[in-house]
Amino acid sequence: MFAAENGLKGDPRLEGISKAIRVIPHFPKPGIMFQDITTLLLNHKAFQDTVDIFVDRYRDMGISVVAGIEARGFFFGPAIALAIGAKFVPLRKPRKLPGEVISEAYVLEYGTDCLEMHVGAVQPGERAVIIDDLVATGGTLSAAIRLLERMKAKVVECACVIGLPEVKRLNGTPLYSLVEPREIEHCC
Amino acid sequence: MSACRDDDPRIIGIKSKIRVVPNFPKPGIMFQDITTLLLDPKAFKDTIDLFVERYKGKNISVVAGIEARGFIFGPPIALAIGAKFVPLRKPRKLPGEVISEKYILEYGTDCLEMHVGAVEPGERALVVDDLIATGGTLCAAMNLLERAEAEVVECACVIELPDLKGRDRLKGKPLYVLVESH
Repeated sequence: MFAAENGLKGDPRLEGISKAIRVIPHFPKPGIMFQDITTLLLNHKAFQDTVDIFVDRYRDMGISVVAGIEARGFFFGPAIALAIGAKFVPLRKPRKLPGEVISEAYVLEYGTDCLEMHVGAVQPGERAVIIDDLVATGGTLSAAIRLLERMKAKVVECACVIGLPEVKRLNGTPLYSLVEPREIEHCC
Repeated sequence: MSACRDDDPRIIGIKSKIRVVPNFPKPGIMFQDITTLLLDPKAFKDTIDLFVERYKGKNISVVAGIEARGFIFGPPIALAIGAKFVPLRKPRKLPGEVISEKYILEYGTDCLEMHVGAVEPGERALVVDDLIATGGTLCAAMNLLERAEAEVVECACVIELPDLKGRDRLKGKPLYVLVESH
C-alpha cells in the first residue's frame, strides 16, 4: 500500500520526496528507467521526511529489528532503527558478512543471486521490518523475508521508498511504500 | 586523534560490542566486525551521538560515506547535523555522470566513484567509514571530494588499526576515531 492510501493523502512531504528522486534512462541497460534516490539523500529535508514517515509508522508496532538490504537499504534502515530503538541487521551479498551466516538464493532475470544474514542476529519471535529503496520484481525482498522467517522472526511489513501499484503484498507480507516511480518529464 | 574521553562509558560500551572474527576474509586477518554493534540499539546510538556531538554546529554541509559500511554510519550523522549524504561507491553502481578515483590494494587496484554535482565548490565535508586500515580508500575518498573543490574537514571512523599507519596517508587532514585496535 502507498502512504497516500494509508493516512498520508495530501501530505506535502510526499510530493517533496517524489520530486527529489531523479530518473536516469537506460541504466544499467537500455530500456530501464532507473529511479535514483541519491538526489533524495542530497536534500536534507526530503531525506529527513522520508525517515520520519517510516519512523512514525513503526515506532508503536513493537518492532525490534530493522533489516536493510545491501546497499541502498543501508541509507534508510539504520536511521529508522535508531529512532525506534530497534537493532539494525544488514542483509548482504555473498561473502561480505564475516562469521556464520545463512544464505537465501533468489532468481534474477538471468541467473540467480544470493542474500545472507548473520546467524544469531535475530531471535525467534522478534518483530521485523525489512527496508529497501525500491521494489521491482520483489525477488530480493522475498529472499529477505525468507531469511528472517528461517530464524523464526515475524516480518510485520516490508518498507520501500518507491513502490509499484501492482505489488501490494509479497508472499502474504504487506508492502508499504511512499511514492510511485517517477516518469521522465517530456519536453514538447 | 582518538576520542579524548577514553573513560567515557559510552566508548567502553562501543568497544565491547565490536566482534573480532579471525582469519576473515583470509588467513591472518583479524576482522573487526561492527555488525554486532548495530544489534545493540544503545551502543549504536552512542556511536552516532559521539560523532554528532563533535560535528554539529561546525558548518559541515556534506557527509560522504564509503560503500558499504560507511553507508550505515554516515546517513544518521548527516541527518542529525543537517548535512547532505553523499555515497562513494564501487564502479558502475552510481547511475548518471560520475568522477572516479583509483587506489592501490595489496594486490592490484580498485576504484571509488562519486556523482558529478553531488558536492559544490567550497562545501565543508566529512568522510565516514567504519574502519581505517592502510588509509588507501579514505585517501581516494578525500581526492574525490577535493576534485569537486570541497574542503575535507576531517575523516571519521569507528575503528582505527594504528599499526597500519593509515592516519599518515590522509594528506595532513585530521582523523577522529572512537576505538583503536592493535
